[in-house]
Amino acid sequence: MSDGGPFRHPLAALTLARFRLTIREPEMVFWIFVFPILMALALGIAFQSRGEEPMPVAVRDAPGAAPILAALARAGDLEGVVTPEGDELALLRDGRAHLVVVPGSPPTYRYDPVRPESRLTRLLVDRALAGAAGHAPAWTARTEEVATPGSRYIDWLVPGLLGMNIMGTGMWGLGFGIVMARSRKLLKRMVATPMRRSHFLASLVVSRLAFLGFEMLALLGFAGWVFGVGNEGGPAALVVVALVGALAFGGIGLLTASRARTIEGVSGIMNVVMVPMWICSGVFFAVTNFPEAAQPFIRALPLTALIDALRGVMLNGHALAGVGVELGLLAGWGVVTFTLALRVFRWQ
Amino acid sequence: MPLPATGRPALNCTGLVKRYGDLTAVDGLDLTVRRGECFGLLGPNGAGKTTTIEILEGLLAPDAGAVEVLGSRWGADDDALRRRLGIHLQETQFDERLSVAETLGLFRSFYRGGPPVADVLETLGLQAKAGTWVGQLSGGQRQRLAVGCALVGDPELLFLDEPTTGLDPQSRRQLWSVLQRFRAADGSILLTTHYMDEAQVLCDRVAIVDGGRIIAQGAPRELIASLGAAHVIEFGLPSGQDAEPDAREIAARLAALPGVRDVDRAGDRWQLGAEDLQETLPALMRFAEEAGIALVSVTTHAATLEDVFVSLTGRRLRDV
Ligand SMILES: Nc1ncnc2c1ncn2[C@@H]1O[C@H](COP(=O)(O)OP(=O)(O)OP(=O)(O)O)[C@@H](O)[C@H]1O
Ligand SMILES: [Mg+2]
Repeated sequence: MSDGGPFRHPLAALTLARFRLTIREPEMVFWIFVFPILMALALGIAFQSRGEEPMPVAVRDAPGAAPILAALARAGDLEGVVTPEGDELALLRDGRAHLVVVPGSPPTYRYDPVRPESRLTRLLVDRALAGAAGHAPAWTARTEEVATPGSRYIDWLVPGLLGMNIMGTGMWGLGFGIVMARSRKLLKRMVATPMRRSHFLASLVVSRLAFLGFEMLALLGFAGWVFGVGNEGGPAALVVVALVGALAFGGIGLLTASRARTIEGVSGIMNVVMVPMWICSGVFFAVTNFPEAAQPFIRALPLTALIDALRGVMLNGHALAGVGVELGLLAGWGVVTFTLALRVFRWQ
Repeated sequence: MPLPATGRPALNCTGLVKRYGDLTAVDGLDLTVRRGECFGLLGPNGAGKTTTIEILEGLLAPDAGAVEVLGSRWGADDDALRRRLGIHLQETQFDERLSVAETLGLFRSFYRGGPPVADVLETLGLQAKAGTWVGQLSGGQRQRLAVGCALVGDPELLFLDEPTTGLDPQSRRQLWSVLQRFRAADGSILLTTHYMDEAQVLCDRVAIVDGGRIIAQGAPRELIASLGAAHVIEFGLPSGQDAEPDAREIAARLAALPGVRDVDRAGDRWQLGAEDLQETLPALMRFAEEAGIALVSVTTHAATLEDVFVSLTGRRLRDV
């Protein structure tokens, strides 16, 4: 019977109820467990290193194209395709060619310098054509391929996804439960019992932390199993960082839900809070891509701090001291938002 | 009906006022519920019943007035006081994905004492639904669950805001017997209702609330007796007889009929309060015949609290 045993204690009973409500909500299960795994899978496959695939190069269909094609073929890491002049730009735009070579003396390269792969291709083509023209290189360096676990895009991405997930589920997990109960007058009904208000809030946090454990196991287990993503810094440091992050976003979630009366209302507020961080905080690409002037703001965002700390531990093997600044920032966010939320919280 | 126990009241409030902007929802209301008594608040929509009961429950702060519940005031040791109260709000939607037993168990965990969940389920006739999610209950079953959540802590005083609205007649009777048993075990009840029969069956005393004030108070039988008329005769007059001077003359002549205590008119329906049907009804018929008026759909009923309200305000209790 559900009223027996250890669940007689209100905190335990509230936590159990919250637990049941979460796992009985299929959408919740999807966002917590399935979504981050799908994301890791899709991006992991998209950015998988495929060995040395030759770089596609378009060679304009003009007199002098044949020796250029031959030189490219000799280079081994380039693949020339003869292309009519009118198709060049379409090929560049779609990524089917990284560079266009217009035969001539000297030849002309057409490419978009913003694309790193185009700049790389330009160097490779230049070396190949210069070699063919008799300018031998002074020396050829030895190369070592680096595709070992710990230094690939997927290794960098997984901590970002984990941070994003901690933010999302932390905010939704707390915010939804609270606003749902408020809009149904259930919060008011519970306040009419001798239930301690702190027990209600604590039950949300406790069940949240329990789910955090499952989430981390699911995402990291999957990433480790499929992509060999590891954790340099060891489980203890990782768990501490995740806990601090979850508490910080718990506070932010509590604050966003502290007064909203409807699910629509709180969804709006949460999107306003979360979308900028999804974009700016370095989940998918490095924070350094943003202008210098924006850096202080981006660095102050809690998701940036969380992801930096997670990467510090998982990729660089930092101990907790090594990510102290980030942890301090997160704790600050947590304390300030919790305090504020409790002040303005509307129970009815 | 057992006599209400005397002694210190279960609940007492004086000079209660609650304003919402320009609107005064509760306007200087005094109320006493004795121990072991079932007290009913009656009144039309918007009368201020819910506002009053939520102030008494300590959920709303009044703008003026004093409240004493089970000898304590709100704001001192609220948790201790709440352990002794059972509360049913007019509208609570419980979590749809918890079962009936889980919901009761959750509320049960907030209290130190109280019956096992299984007993509450049985009391409410919800055993068969113990494992059903709240989202799959019928409206009446949810209503019973809500009352159950008020009972799980074994309260001394029960607040019920329209506990039987939306129930079928059988479920209502079932709930009445739950409440009668609760009161027989020395519990006190404050409830609001729109059902006059419910108030007459359940309540030792009732207060009729209108515009945030109590306009009449007493045992249902006393209030009805104060009408001075045990019966009500209701009828319509064919249109055309409704012109004002005509109507005034008819009212005067009706009032002069033997045994008529009072004459009320709501739209095209007329009501006579009568002490003795045997005396008044034939007189009414004779009057109609002599005046050449054809009465439309004559009905009679024993006077109810509804008639008390109509005679006090000239309006009906329910928005019919
Ligand atoms: N939060 C509020 N803000 C503004 N006005 C309110 C609020 N709550 C109630 N009122 C107003 O106070 C008056 C009394 O409302 P209350 O809910 O107490 O009525 P009631 O007697 O319970 O009615 P019902 O029988 O329909 O439940 C109504 O006119 C209502 O519009
Ligand atoms: Mg009401």
